[in-house]
Amino acid sequence: MVRAERVHKRFGHVEVLKGIDLAVAPREVMCVIGPSGSGKSTFLRCINHLEKIDAGRLWVDGRLVGYREHGGKLHELKDREVAAQRREIGMVFQRFHLFPHMTALENVIEAPLRVKGVGKQEARARGTELLERVGLGDRVHNYPNQLSGGQQQRVAIARALAMEPKLMLFDEPTSALDPELVGEVLDVMRGLAADGMTMVVVTHEMGFAREVGDTLVFMDDGVVVESGSPRQVLTDPQHERTRAFLSKVL
Amino acid sequence: MAADTTTRSAPPEEIRAVPVRHPGRWVAAAVIAVLVAMFVHMLVTNPVFQWSFMFDNMFSAPVLRGARTTLVMTVLAMVIGVLLGVVLAVMRLSPNPVVSGAAWVYVWFFRAIPRIVLLFFVANLGALYATYDLGFPFDRQVMDLFGFTGDLRFLGLNGNQIFTGFTAGLIGLALSEGAYMAEIVRAGIQSVDPGQTEAASALGMSRSTAMRRIVLPQAMRVIIPPTGNETIAMLKDTSLLIAVPVTIELNFQLRAIGSRTFQIIPMAVASILWYAALASLLMIGQHFLEKRFSRGFGARETRAQRAAREAREVGSTH
Repeated sequence: MVRAERVHKRFGHVEVLKGIDLAVAPREVMCVIGPSGSGKSTFLRCINHLEKIDAGRLWVDGRLVGYREHGGKLHELKDREVAAQRREIGMVFQRFHLFPHMTALENVIEAPLRVKGVGKQEARARGTELLERVGLGDRVHNYPNQLSGGQQQRVAIARALAMEPKLMLFDEPTSALDPELVGEVLDVMRGLAADGMTMVVVTHEMGFAREVGDTLVFMDDGVVVESGSPRQVLTDPQHERTRAFLSKVL
Repeated sequence: MAADTTTRSAPPEEIRAVPVRHPGRWVAAAVIAVLVAMFVHMLVTNPVFQWSFMFDNMFSAPVLRGARTTLVMTVLAMVIGVLLGVVLAVMRLSPNPVVSGAAWVYVWFFRAIPRIVLLFFVANLGALYATYDLGFPFDRQVMDLFGFTGDLRFLGLNGNQIFTGFTAGLIGLALSEGAYMAEIVRAGIQSVDPGQTEAASALGMSRSTAMRRIVLPQAMRVIIPPTGNETIAMLKDTSLLIAVPVTIELNFQLRAIGSRTFQIIPMAVASILWYAALASLLMIGQHFLEKRFSRGFGARETRAQRAAREAREVGSTH
């Protein structure tokens, strides 16, 4: 579903990604861990072209992200084409980024209405169904500031799901939450994984990574240091840097 | 156990303390009361005010027509100014340096020019060209180049007709307002969290949809209060239309009565009362607009939520 080959990304003179090679199979849940500044969030943002990569290649569902290869040359995609690619990829942010001037339901149906051109009746029915699925069937008419952090993040997940994406990206979805609210968000994500959604999850929740993840990737200083099954990486890390990191967080 | 017994016993006696006295407050109130009394006394006793004359004349037909012109001019100039401001603000934030530079020059120029000077200039544009044509740029030169004579113009407007009276005033005020509104709208757009645009584009929204549906509605919360100020300033600036001149406007009409009858003060007071009343009217409109665009930012319960809560409460009592 996702394939990265030697992906590089610079911000000015700072090289944030120094050659990332990764592959995510359909229905796979990949968790990415690593210290802050290791480039894991940047890599996630490259997958839906919120950041442009400087070198290497990145494919989602067999198509290059943000470019078209034609006659041995890369051509940048038009804004419209990039938007079309992003429709297939759902993204959940650390700070939710719900639209504050819209109710939970309006947040969820906005993109289906304006981007996909779904009819209002159908969008509302589907949106209500999605909000029920994340356990917020009684909160459809609440504005984001009337919801707890955990509820807001669940609305954000429903909003991403409303576009029926093939792939879901999670950027530290529980890092901004009070500890007692983390569980409700992870439960929703666990349900998604069980339904066979392909997911890339940048997280600090080692328990979730161990239990739900199919693969665990440890990134540090812009490179993938180690990847493998979560059990193996967490209990028997092969690299010194992985061991040092895990000893601090476990 | 001790905590249990205290919560079960009767609550302690309510505090009934002697309140602190504030003599300073009483003195200040007394001073203000005396000043107000003096002011009212002046209004009642000074014969120059000519109250009955003022009330008889401040609602005469030409004055009412002038008030209507002033209000219509204010609303039209603001509507055009706001639309112009949105376009200029979006241009100003464009990644294209020529587009953004053009918006900057516009704002710089029209903010630098006093409105009365601009109005006078616009009113005299008829002297610059007799007719203003719409057509292809440099049409005569291009036709010349290919050996033809003639032009490619499809609409000709008489300069002395458009740049006069109401239209000239409206053009001048709206162009000037566009510059101020551009800065207000830009501040509003920039006050919206960039995460909102990111979330919108992550959902596959185009730039223009994200601007229209996500960013601008949130920017409105920041844009409306200063726009209310601008509207009230515009109401007052319609009195500058004397520079065009537009004579069917409120201030001109009141002053005309004053100078015709030599009752300067009563008509000046009438002017004050009229503008205060019209400004209050606009402030009421602003209040409702602010309420509309603060959705999701207060703890206020919405209509749909109240209905849902009442339904729940009714359900639970049965």
